[in-house]
Amino acid sequence: MSAGARTRAAARARLGPRTLLAALALAGLAALVVWAVSELTPFGTPSGPANGVVKTLVFKRHAANAVNGVTYDLRGLDTLGEELILFVAALGSSVLLRHGRESDEVERKRAGNEPGPRTADALRAYGTALVGPLVVLGVYVVTHGHLTPGGGFQGGVILAAGLLLAYAAGQVVALERVEPTTLVEVTDATGAMAYALVAVGGLVFASAALYNFLPLGTTGQLLSSGTILVLSCAVGVEVTGAVALILTELLDQTLLVGRE
Amino acid sequence: MNVLHIVALAAVAVGGTAVVLMREPVRQALVAGVFGFTLAFLFFSFQAPDVALSQIVVATVAVPLMVLLALTKLRRDEEDDDR
Repeated sequence: MSAGARTRAAARARLGPRTLLAALALAGLAALVVWAVSELTPFGTPSGPANGVVKTLVFKRHAANAVNGVTYDLRGLDTLGEELILFVAALGSSVLLRHGRESDEVERKRAGNEPGPRTADALRAYGTALVGPLVVLGVYVVTHGHLTPGGGFQGGVILAAGLLLAYAAGQVVALERVEPTTLVEVTDATGAMAYALVAVGGLVFASAALYNFLPLGTTGQLLSSGTILVLSCAVGVEVTGAVALILTELLDQTLLVGRE
Repeated sequence: MNVLHIVALAAVAVGGTAVVLMREPVRQALVAGVFGFTLAFLFFSFQAPDVALSQIVVATVAVPLMVLLALTKLRRDEEDDDR
């Protein structure tokens, strides 16, 4: 930023309608937060209202990690909405970013298939060493969401990071991009559909959508908690696809334009 | 409320202020990543490891990468316009 722009920004920050508006809005927000927090039971109260929920989830649903029980069972409908938000966000960003693709494609053909700049050796070695452990960690976090902290969302982002690390470790520009993009799209859609199908399964096999209709197993074992585990895996697949799709679309843009 | 909570809350306050005061977008993205870590520490100290894990993956993987890639694209476009 130039010195002129900085002084202008400083002058604007000193006083003005925007500062006043921001101060008012922040004061209002602070008041709301204080009001909301004052209604809570003190931190660490064992007999708070969450106690009943935890008991339901641990003893009736056999989910050792009650947080994921809330996410995928008691509030499964909210999670359905959230994962569809992510799905639509990935869809929207790829539609927007592919808008200008056609002109890029021409440049790409003109540039031929020459490889881009070499990846640094340090990044290559570091990336190659980390991809395996990262994918294992991602799969662990997705599949053990009902037992330990984690779950589909967290594990999905870790898996997408592993995928991108593989890109980063290789010669990104030289990669033929069509195939992985299709795969990533299919992954995204499969995860989203799997969640919806399990939700409908509740209607078919039991009384309500998202009803936990699968056998619940023994608390603490890998195959337990019924649909909570299945939904966590579905979200894991969907999040992997969605995050990878958004990032590959952005990468495509950056790399294609940068290849002139 | 113990010492750990107070340290975590102070770190979040300092980190958030640092993100706002950092005016250069690329550095801001990195400082925001560090701020995300302080938030994760705060959640962890309040016994919410699930939220802390989400915070770590979002703050270290998703947000900085998307911001940096978007900035690269924007700067390339600006260079093109200058030409």
